[in-house]
This record gives sequence, structure tokens and C-alpha cells, in this order.
Amino acid sequence: MTELTRRHLLGMGAGALVVSSISIPFSAFADASKAKEAVMAFTGGKTPKEGKVSIDMPEIAENGNTVPVGFSVDSPMTKDNYVKSVLVLADGNPSPGVATFHFSPASGGAEASSRMRLAKTQNIIAVAAMSDGSFYSAQSTVKVTIGGCGG
Amino acid sequence: MAKSKPRVKLPKKAGKGDVITIKTIISHKMESGQRKDKKGNKIPRRIINKFTCKLDGEQIFGCDLEPAISANPYFQFNAKVEKTGEFEFIWEDDNGDKYSKKQKIKVS
Amino acid sequence: MTIKAKTAIALIGAGMLALGTMGLASAADEERKSIAPPDGHPLDEIISGYEFRSPETQALQDDDFENPAYLWVEKGQELWDTPEGKANKSCSSCHEDAAETMKTAGAEFPKYNEKLKKPVNMEQQINMCRTEHMEAKAWKWESEELLAMTAFVRNQSRGVPMNVKTDGLMKPFFDKGKELYYTRVGQLDMACSNCHEDNYGNHIRSDMLSQGHTNGFPTFRLKWQKVGSTHRRFKGCMKNIRATPYKVGSDEFVNLELYIAYRGQGLPVEAPAVRN
Repeated sequence: MTELTRRHLLGMGAGALVVSSISIPFSAFADASKAKEAVMAFTGGKTPKEGKVSIDMPEIAENGNTVPVGFSVDSPMTKDNYVKSVLVLADGNPSPGVATFHFSPASGGAEASSRMRLAKTQNIIAVAAMSDGSFYSAQSTVKVTIGGCGG
Repeated sequence: MAKSKPRVKLPKKAGKGDVITIKTIISHKMESGQRKDKKGNKIPRRIINKFTCKLDGEQIFGCDLEPAISANPYFQFNAKVEKTGEFEFIWEDDNGDKYSKKQKIKVS
Repeated sequence: MTIKAKTAIALIGAGMLALGTMGLASAADEERKSIAPPDGHPLDEIISGYEFRSPETQALQDDDFENPAYLWVEKGQELWDTPEGKANKSCSSCHEDAAETMKTAGAEFPKYNEKLKKPVNMEQQINMCRTEHMEAKAWKWESEELLAMTAFVRNQSRGVPMNVKTDGLMKPFFDKGKELYYTRVGQLDMACSNCHEDNYGNHIRSDMLSQGHTNGFPTFRLKWQKVGSTHRRFKGCMKNIRATPYKVGSDEFVNLELYIAYRGQGLPVEAPAVRN
């Protein structure tokens, strides 16, 4: 677990709650390479395109044990054009996998939400596998509150 | 909780072609396999590893879960309903147990 | 450079609470709903812990399906109707429909017990019913069963203003609870009041301090990933200030619970709430 730095603490005290909605590059985390590997395993080596996928989650999680996460993929969800599955990764967890969601045209819409555990502030990555074999992805940074009141 | 208990929430009635929202939750510790007990021994992993939602036997939504899903796994998702039918929700435990729940929907 | 938990809390404990006063919390201050305290109450305004939580955490409580604590409420409902013990009675054998009979009970504990000549809290009352009337074994504190039943019973009183008795026979216990509340303990030499009276709305490290009310307990804490009791929370607070906690179900904690319930007098019962 990361510790809160003094600068951080002072920054917070000064009301500077600008806590990163800025995205942090992949390489900023030790485990990010594992996440990249997982993406490649999911896509069969293809680099996903940006777009179509949006991630819905808080910028700041009050506790890393239960963090709401949702996503939606822009797709007509017809027999010929739908989202097959969506891989969700957390690149700063000991193991980046969170879940793989499976859809069908009868899903109505390619969206879902759940709750996940995050060990620290990190990036959430969602990769969608479309029925035509293409892949799209999005990424979002969530700041995880650590070092509050235990109990 | 000792025995996993599911809850599901979806409308009892819908119009033909409607996209409905379904919410599910099940009591489960989702023991990650990362934690240690008081003596320092690793607590073995035990999670719900798979969730499936079927409508009249056909899978419409599913999820493969990793230990990073929080305790008491919760899902919200959609389904497009064309006719009156029965939903079945199935949760699969690492230990081989299966928990399921069924609910009908009337479509007019 | 990093500041460790101990140091940070110690700094705060030593009165260096420059943090929250510098404006971090102020944005949300005006938006917090509060109620007016009774005469002679130590707080200027009484604010539920709900108001101090993030919109995401509040959303989990706002919907009875999203709120994971309802898994426990449902379990409690089942147990309510399950006969147990030598008397082969269930809760409903005597108390029938909880929605009617437990409508205010969740707002009134801890309550004076004539036989024991001291106040008992909800968990203790439930266990007394079990041992005396059902002739069943008492449930262990923090067991799933006791949590489920406490959550279920208090949930019947949801929305009812907290209404504990503090005078008459309750007075000496109330006074003891009050004394505990203001007594500094532990290596960090802090009292409940240092956080929950002097500094609510301020941050302690990265956590926003509430007034420490009990109207949402048993509560689902994100941190616990499950429902927990008021006394479990008390223990946690005491550990945080490096004090040796009292035991769950101890007279000390019941007295403290009584006093803290009074600090939240008038707040609607929210049990089971969701907190961080």
C-alpha cells in the first residue's frame, strides 16, 4: 500500500482537491505490464482502438474494498453487430484481472456495473471485443483513499 | 454469510421489445486468496467465479469474476425482452456449489 | 517523504488540526442536512453520518437493493420466523409482525432493564429473548445471526427519530457514558470528542470525520465489506487511538452507546446504513 506523502497531506489541507482526473501513463505502475499482457491475451495481440467504450466510476473512492465500476459500449446490439465481451482490468492491483463480461444481442445494451476492490490509486481499463473482430478500449484513473480511520 | 443467498430485482411486466434493467446481488465473502490468517497462513481463495443470466435457457449476460470483485458480488445489466419468459440466474462457487434463482416476466 | 499513520494522527491529536479548517470540508458544509438538538445538548446541530459520505457511498444506501446490508435484513426476517430452542418458539411467536411490534424499538435502545438494573442494548435484548423465552443459546457477538437480527429489527424503525431515555434510572449510566466520551485514552491520548465533537467535517488523514452517531448501525462498511455492530466500531476507534478497547457487550460500551445515542437524539434511524 502506498503511504500518504506529506506533500499530499498538505495539498489536501489546502483544499487542493484536484486529485488526478489526469490520466497517468501505463508505465507509472509496476504492474502495468501485467495489465498490458492481459489486454493482448484478450485481443489476440491486436492493439485496441480508442473510443466506443466509456467507463463510469468515481474519481475518488472512499474505500478501496468496494468501488463501484460501470461501463457502456456504443453498439446497436443487433445480430450482425454487437459487443461480445468486455474485459475489465485494474492495472495497480496485485493481479490486474477484475472481470470479463459477456453479452449477446439479447442483452439490449452493452452496459453493466459491479463493485470491485482496488489496492491503491490506479487505472481501470475496459476493452470491448466486437462481433466483427475489432477491439476498443478506454481507461480511467481512480484515486483510492488509503489511511483513513481503520476500525 | 454461511450460506450464499441471492437477491434479484427486475420488473414483473414489460412491453415487447423493451430493454429492462436487472440487478443482482449474492452474499459471499469473495475470499481473494491474498489474505493471511492470524497465524500468518494464507487463507485459500474461494470466490464466486462465474455468473450467468439466461432467458428461457438462452444466455443473455454473463461474467467471469476474479478475486478483485468485491464481497457480495453485485451486477447491474440489461436485457431485451420479446416475449413472456423466465429468467434464470446462476452463480458458481470455487468449491463447486451453484446457487440459482428464477423469476418470470410477463411481456405484452 | 512519508508520514505514517501514527505520526499523522499524533499530530492531529496534539492539536495541530490545521487541516480541515483550511477549507477542504467547507464546500460541503452548507449542503449537510441537520436537525436542531434538544436543550442543553453539546452539539449546535445534529448531522447524520450519511451527510459526510461521498455521493457514491450515499447512493448505495439510498436504494434498498443496492445496499448490501439488506442481505442481512432478509436473513434476519427469516430468523424472526424460525422457531429455536427448547421452548420451540420464534421471535414472531411472541412479537408477531415485526413491522408493527418493532416500529419504535430500534430508536429506543439502550433501554433500562429492570431485572439487571442497568441498560441493555439491542443485541443484548435479542439474546435475552433467546435465552429466557426461547430457551435457545445466545448468539455470539458479531455472528452473522446476531448482526442479521439486529439489522432486521432496527430496520423496522427506519425513519423513527432516535429517542433514548437519559433521566431517572438511566441517569447514572448516561453520566458514565458521557464521562467515557470525554476521557482521553490510549497512546495518542484522545477522547471521542476530539474527533467527533471538535473536528467533524474535517479530515483525519484522508478520511472525513463525522459526528459519530449510531443511528445507522448495524452498518455496512465498505472497509469491512460486511455489516458490523456499534461495538465493533467503538473497538475500531479505540484501536486507532492506540487504546486497549473495552469488550463488545461490556457495561462501558453500553453506557457509551447510550450517551452517543443521546448525542444523535432525534436523528431518524437509518439502519442498516452504508458507511466508508
